[in-house]
Amino acid sequence: MIPFATDEGGFHGPTIGEFFPEAIFFAGTPFEINRIMLIRFLAVAALLLIFWIGTRRMKVIPTRMQSVVEMGLDFARVNIAEDILGKKDGKRFLPLITTIFFMVLFLNITGPIPFLNIAGSSVIGVPLVLALVAYSAFIYAGVKKNPANFFRNALFPPGVPPFLYIIVTPIEFISTFLIRPVTLTLRLLMNMIVGHLLLVLFFSATQFFFFTATGGFKLFGAGTLVFGFAFTLFEVLIALLQAYIFALLTAVYIQLALAEEH
Amino acid sequence: MFNAVIAAAAEKAENPLLPAVYDIVWSSLIFVVILFFFWKLVLPRMQKLLDDRAEAIEGNIAKADDAQRKAEAALEQYTAQLADARAEAGQIREHARIDGQKIINEHKEQALAEAARVTTSAKAQIEAERQAAVVSLRSEVGTLAIDLASGVIGESLTDDAKATAIVDRFLADLEASEKAAK
Repeated sequence: MIPFATDEGGFHGPTIGEFFPEAIFFAGTPFEINRIMLIRFLAVAALLLIFWIGTRRMKVIPTRMQSVVEMGLDFARVNIAEDILGKKDGKRFLPLITTIFFMVLFLNITGPIPFLNIAGSSVIGVPLVLALVAYSAFIYAGVKKNPANFFRNALFPPGVPPFLYIIVTPIEFISTFLIRPVTLTLRLLMNMIVGHLLLVLFFSATQFFFFTATGGFKLFGAGTLVFGFAFTLFEVLIALLQAYIFALLTAVYIQLALAEEH
Repeated sequence: MFNAVIAAAAEKAENPLLPAVYDIVWSSLIFVVILFFFWKLVLPRMQKLLDDRAEAIEGNIAKADDAQRKAEAALEQYTAQLADARAEAGQIREHARIDGQKIINEHKEQALAEAARVTTSAKAQIEAERQAAVVSLRSEVGTLAIDLASGVIGESLTDDAKATAIVDRFLADLEASEKAAK
């Protein structure tokens, strides 16, 4: 990159600064709104609109719109909540799991959408808040189910010889109470950041090769364009997959907390 | 340019792992809005739909069961009626057959009796007519023979007793010759 980096018409590589665009409203306050926040609002508005219209007049025999919305809700309900938690607990935690799944999905999907071009979840706030929600949810589920023994079972697993607790307890503490929220946050955040950087890299390279580079270098532009196209499709898949993984892991953590013993 | 961006980034200390306050604020707000939206609006609607659908399916199954039961009852009834009708038809046929046989037999008997009667009366009539013919023939032949004999012998056979005797003898001779001819 560096050899092509000139002040005029050079190659503009993606930077981390893209995730911190300039404030548009309320700069400097806790309610600062920049381009990414606006994209989030747009995604949330789309989500609310789609699900509001899709469930407004639900009929036993569904229309097309209702079928699609039902399919989405059924995916979260049957394939995530009920599969992992069973019918009863699945129903209890369904609002939470549905919310996490669709919030992540709608905020992720703005990444490959033209003119938005950045995922609403590519700034740490959304992954972090959702990870903390998932964290609180599984601790709440465990404490509610087994108020006396939840932390003891989690940190001192029954059936382990007592002297091993010297090793097991720190591992359990770190893996259950520290690693889980951190991995939830970073997995989603890094997927979205890297996805965006990759797309920017491919398309800015294409732009550079086509319009700035000379001679044979122009051919490279075709290659980077094809890669950019492929990765755009890939990002759609990633958006879905990350939403699924986030909701699924939340359900799994809740399930582990609800289980009698680890 | 590139260095300038890096410098700018460094200046603002932009670390993607450090959340800005506004980022957390808006993320939390979005989460709460979506959570309540799904919790209080969408999922209850969905639950109601699922209940309605289950109810509709159960209702339809119940209705179908009912219809099935009714159809089976009707079929049973029809089958029973049909069997009754068949039995009745068989009975009627049997009666008819027996009646017909009886009628035929009666007619046969009547015909036989009639035939016998006709034959008897015909025989009687024939016999009577034959007798009458014999009697009249006998008297006529007698008269004729006597007239003839009177002419031949020139004597009037006025004596009836004698004449009758002659005729009878003649007839006896005639019968005897007839028998001999046979």
